[in-house]
Amino acid sequence: MSLNIIVLAKQVPDTRNVGKDAMKEDGTINRAVLPAIFNPEDLNALEQALRLKDAHPGSTITVLTMGLPKSAEVIREAIFRGADCGIVLTDRALGGADTLATSYSLSQAIRKIGNYDIILGGRQAIDGDTAQVVPQIAEKLNIPQVTYAEDVVVNEEGKVTVRRRLEHGIETVVAPLPCVVTVTGSAPDCRPRNAKRLMKYKYAVSPSEKAKLAEDMQAFVDARAHLQIQEWGAAFVEADPAQIGFPGSPTKVKNVESVVFVAKDARRLDDNDAQIEELIKELIVNHTIG
Amino acid sequence: MANFFTDNPDLLHHLNHPMMRKIVELKERNFADAEQFDYAPLNFEDAMDNYTRVLEVVGDICANIIAENAESVDHEGASCSDGRAHYASATVENLKACRQAGLMGMAMPRRFGGLNFPITPYIMAADIVSRADTGFENLWGLQDCAETLYEFGNEDQRARFIPRVCEGETMSMDLTEPDAGSDLQSVMLRATQKEDGTWVLNGVKRFITNGDSDIHLVLARSEEGTKDGRGLSMFIYDKRNGGVTVRRIENKMGIKGSPTCELVYKNAPAELCGSRRMGLIKYVMALMNGARLGIAAQSVGCSEIAYREALAYAKDRRQFGKAIIEFPAVAEMIAVIKAKLDASRSLLYECARYVDLYKALEDIARERTLTPEERKECKQYNRLADALTPMAKGLGSEYCNQNAYDCIQIHGGSGFMKDYACERLYRDARITSIYEGTTQLQVVAAIRHVTTGTYKALIDSYAANEVRPELQAIKDRLAALTEKYVAAVEHVNAVNDPTFLDFMARRLVEMAGNLVMSYLLLLDANRDAAFEKSLNVYVNLAASEITRHAEFIHTFDPAQLPTYLQH
Repeated sequence: MSLNIIVLAKQVPDTRNVGKDAMKEDGTINRAVLPAIFNPEDLNALEQALRLKDAHPGSTITVLTMGLPKSAEVIREAIFRGADCGIVLTDRALGGADTLATSYSLSQAIRKIGNYDIILGGRQAIDGDTAQVVPQIAEKLNIPQVTYAEDVVVNEEGKVTVRRRLEHGIETVVAPLPCVVTVTGSAPDCRPRNAKRLMKYKYAVSPSEKAKLAEDMQAFVDARAHLQIQEWGAAFVEADPAQIGFPGSPTKVKNVESVVFVAKDARRLDDNDAQIEELIKELIVNHTIG
Repeated sequence: MANFFTDNPDLLHHLNHPMMRKIVELKERNFADAEQFDYAPLNFEDAMDNYTRVLEVVGDICANIIAENAESVDHEGASCSDGRAHYASATVENLKACRQAGLMGMAMPRRFGGLNFPITPYIMAADIVSRADTGFENLWGLQDCAETLYEFGNEDQRARFIPRVCEGETMSMDLTEPDAGSDLQSVMLRATQKEDGTWVLNGVKRFITNGDSDIHLVLARSEEGTKDGRGLSMFIYDKRNGGVTVRRIENKMGIKGSPTCELVYKNAPAELCGSRRMGLIKYVMALMNGARLGIAAQSVGCSEIAYREALAYAKDRRQFGKAIIEFPAVAEMIAVIKAKLDASRSLLYECARYVDLYKALEDIARERTLTPEERKECKQYNRLADALTPMAKGLGSEYCNQNAYDCIQIHGGSGFMKDYACERLYRDARITSIYEGTTQLQVVAAIRHVTTGTYKALIDSYAANEVRPELQAIKDRLAALTEKYVAAVEHVNAVNDPTFLDFMARRLVEMAGNLVMSYLLLLDANRDAAFEKSLNVYVNLAASEITRHAEFIHTFDPAQLPTYLQH
């Protein structure tokens, strides 16, 4: 059986190699110094999708991302590695979304795509680290979800078997399709870019990107459907304005703090209650605990 | 993410050589493929952009998969059981990554599923792969057997076999036998034509790199009763047909991931490739030239990693209160390693460009008759490629060995232990100056270009370039060194004794190589000041080498020859 696969991907700041200037004085991420990358676990999810496609010839992989128009970079990257096409969900009205508003917006886009058998996403993104968005999408679409997947296999009866990596072992579960699966970083790495696809799709652009090209290149893209990355807005996916972006986000960030560890040397305590009590008090006072 | 292409600006410098425009235009022929293939380039800039992007993929896989696997491949090695050779498990992973990335059949035409890359960016990929794992370069690099199949096979054979190579099936060249190593004229493997016109092969091949490959090119004796090279033909053996088993694989010093097989042919069905009797004298010569360029690239890649390992250790290791690179004795070794690396790399790409030019013209000749001018050009480029290939392979592999040796020396006692990569490099490097013709045989191939003046003409053409004023002093110095070379050649020619010429051949070829590489670095430095350091170091080295050889040649009394030659 051929499958309609949706892969959810996010462009994130590369928080894995954070330097001194990674955070601005107000505590927000300094995106200018952190390169934007394909969220690592979304790449693991893409590899699972590509394996499903290898096993089920004729399957299609659509990559869906929500973010700034430049998130089209993620779509291109996925296409270079074997995805068929992609959609950038981008709109000023979607800005400032928390996980609730994000999962609502994405679920609306998925409804618009319509025909899907399996939705794969990374377990969590390295910027927010919530691991909430993809499970919430499953709830909103009212379909089953399987999290922490390392291996995803679909059989001919249309059931998906998932190997889950849990804290103390491995669990294998079977779920009906359609189904949402989140994939962990312990799943196989994504395959490399393919040379021919790289050459074929390197000029693929979204409408916002196309607008910045010279006229002859615009015409070049217009003449080739495979070079056109779709861009959808909030209205197009029929999203309720009250449930998206800042207005649709009940999560309010109270404060962001830059925590700097100042202690340089280890301190040796003797084996007595008095010293330990003194330390506990000190830690409570400086808000390390409590 | 680490990337072995983008972290090395020298590669982009060589890729962007001015001669590439002509190469791309000959290879892409008005960019007509763009009508038919959606991945074909639209123009020169687009083609160069393609090469750069694909080399980034190579750099990514090499840094993050192949290099990471190199140690485990070396430890596990290839194995042999049930008549088959088996790769180390990480080698299988490496091959899978290369297949998924579409890096097989890179230089093959698009109509067979290839990328239609010129040899130059393909060789650059080989250089990068070898830096990641010198032994793996063999398995990946044997894809250039497809070049020979393309050149000499018929259209039906091309259409059946080349797409399979582009899909990732591996190849081997089954040439050597127990009694036919360097001397391939002695090949005995028997090819017998049956009544229905088909052929079967019987006999034994030995030292076959990747000998359990999917598609083999086999040198076999098709003309019963003959004893020399004119009785040999080239055959294609398809593993799917069966008939060849692996009797054993060699337990080697290095490149342990690359299985070196002893093959037994028992009525193995095979098909003739090209014309009978042309196997050795034409096809295998072409095959070997391609393979030698591949080994030259392998050598440069191995030199690159030796340089990087040596530099990193010398900066890190502290003795007597400072990093050892601060001691002149160590610092000089690093400078010389880098100079040899840069010199051999410049020679490698110069050679690759000439191979590109003549092969592109030869390929055009398959479609239409070349103009007299094109024919002349093709012949000239072919001659230069013939002259530079044994030089790049011979001297590049010697430098690779010297660099691997010095890399261990810089590591001191630690380098002798299995804990550092340098001991693996040292073992892997050792084969480069032996297989595909020893350095001594490269000298045999190169010496006629000393005596007939090919090198001298090339050197003169380099010298005709204007350089920036600050490089003029070096250029003048090279002109003086060229005179020493010319005088040495004249001296040897004047003795007029073939044995004396053979005896002096290595010295003369090295002198020519020192000059060619010095001039190439001069022109590199003229384009990019970053090469000035290596230019200075290399010219000092070249000057002392040339002077040393000149002194030996001029003061040597031919009457002393028996002292060396009779044992």
